[in-house]
Amino acid sequence: MEKHKCDKCDRPATYHSVEIVNGKKIEKHLCEYHAAEEGLTFKVAHKPINELLTNFVKMHSQDQSVAGPGDVACEQCGLTYAEFQERSLMGCPSCYQAFARQLDVLLARTHEGATEHHGKIPSNTGSGEQHQQQLMRMRKRLDEAVEAEDYELAAHLRDEIGKISTAVDGGGAAI
Amino acid sequence: MNLGRMTDHAGEWLRGTGPQSDIVVSSRVRLARNLAGYPFVNRAASRQRLEVLQRSRQQILEGKLAEDMIWVDINECEPMDRQLLVERHLISRQHAKASDDLPRGVAVGLNESVSIMVNEEDHLRVQVLRSGMQLGEAFEQINHIDDCLEKRLDFAFSKKYGYLTACPTNIGTGIRVSVMMHLPALKLTGEIDKVKRAAKDMHLAVRGMFGEGSDAIGDLFQISNQTTLGRGEQEILADFQHTVVPQIIAYEQQARQALVRQRPALLDDGIWRSWAILNNARLMRTDEVLSLLSQIRLGVTMGRLEKVTMRMLNELFLMTQPAHLQKLMGSDMDPAQRREARATLIRKRLGQS
Repeated sequence: MEKHKCDKCDRPATYHSVEIVNGKKIEKHLCEYHAAEEGLTFKVAHKPINELLTNFVKMHSQDQSVAGPGDVACEQCGLTYAEFQERSLMGCPSCYQAFARQLDVLLARTHEGATEHHGKIPSNTGSGEQHQQQLMRMRKRLDEAVEAEDYELAAHLRDEIGKISTAVDGGGAAI
Repeated sequence: MNLGRMTDHAGEWLRGTGPQSDIVVSSRVRLARNLAGYPFVNRAASRQRLEVLQRSRQQILEGKLAEDMIWVDINECEPMDRQLLVERHLISRQHAKASDDLPRGVAVGLNESVSIMVNEEDHLRVQVLRSGMQLGEAFEQINHIDDCLEKRLDFAFSKKYGYLTACPTNIGTGIRVSVMMHLPALKLTGEIDKVKRAAKDMHLAVRGMFGEGSDAIGDLFQISNQTTLGRGEQEILADFQHTVVPQIIAYEQQARQALVRQRPALLDDGIWRSWAILNNARLMRTDEVLSLLSQIRLGVTMGRLEKVTMRMLNELFLMTQPAHLQKLMGSDMDPAQRREARATLIRKRLGQS
């Protein structure tokens, strides 16, 4: 394409457009400044990070040797890897274990090659991962009991959650 | 809480003070945290969401994390109040627009430097926002808040992956460090594209003033880290403090000096033309105001226009946003009425200066 000067000044044009209005061809060539003045260059649409990630995941999932089957599911919350691919969101902390094999490549691409944490560790790493999973299972059962109006079981589960929860804030059994 | 009180002043971060505030408008650090033993917000049952909200709210308010913390239930807010909080950068657009059956809220400190969103994408999104280049101070404050919170709440954490978040782009430290920079000279000289390329090479994101998916209006660019796994908080922070921000400031200053030397008329024309329009226009769109104010800000920081203070400019940035304008006028207005009210407000405020 031949080099254009800006229609309004001597600077080289960086914005080009051709419109057909009432059968007449209207060309526009503007420099950065004048394009900005007309509000033409303000629409710098950056892809949101979620979208980029979705594309990553999709690209990655076509590589079956690495990704494995899309129907791996998290035991805790039931999220399948295919569902994760759709929305780019994990369902619960345990999903990271369930999808560990698929995740490493994805994480390395998103985090400059890193697959492991460096940095702050909470002083209260507290209850440990297994314990956290147990709590999550029991809270799920509690929900089901309330849903089924089995208040006896619900009360029992609430007590149990209160007992095993070592969390400093009292484990939330009060609600 | 009476959100109406918010409209007569700007938050601390818009004071227009702070180190290097001629180019760095504000510094922000945020942490993503989730309560252990619950699914993430997107997969939690409504009872669990409510439980997460109530526990978090109680611990945040009892923890005395910042001076005079107040709580706002977002799902009970009028849409206009939600928009007001978005314009003040206290909640995200996502938090404002989520469905009404998601119980969610935000805790805000008195001078609006601290805000904690509950049940956004993660259970907790803690933010510290400061004016000028104050990333170190912002980090210290947020780290202290995080220390206080972890004494009261058990966070989802794994040795391998660090803090666990709903989206894998945030795991590890869960930290997002960002600076909002005013880069009109780089925009004018077209060199902003070089900055964007360099930022991309450094795995940094460049966005508009309202974060993800927003356009860069008014020459305001928000630059933030994308990598949260495998690098420590201090390392990420040091990159910004010692490399990224000083370099972009230097580029912008060079571009400004080049404009003064080579095209002073172009520079002054932009500034004074904007001044003339702001002082005389009868109808004004939001994006137009931001572009014009950007030129005035450039003029003030370069000493080429002395009719207005930075503080007033920053306040106008905020007060001319749709929700602020309507709150200030005390009535709902359609876009056409807003354009007129906006132009009147600007003429009045600039006329007093």
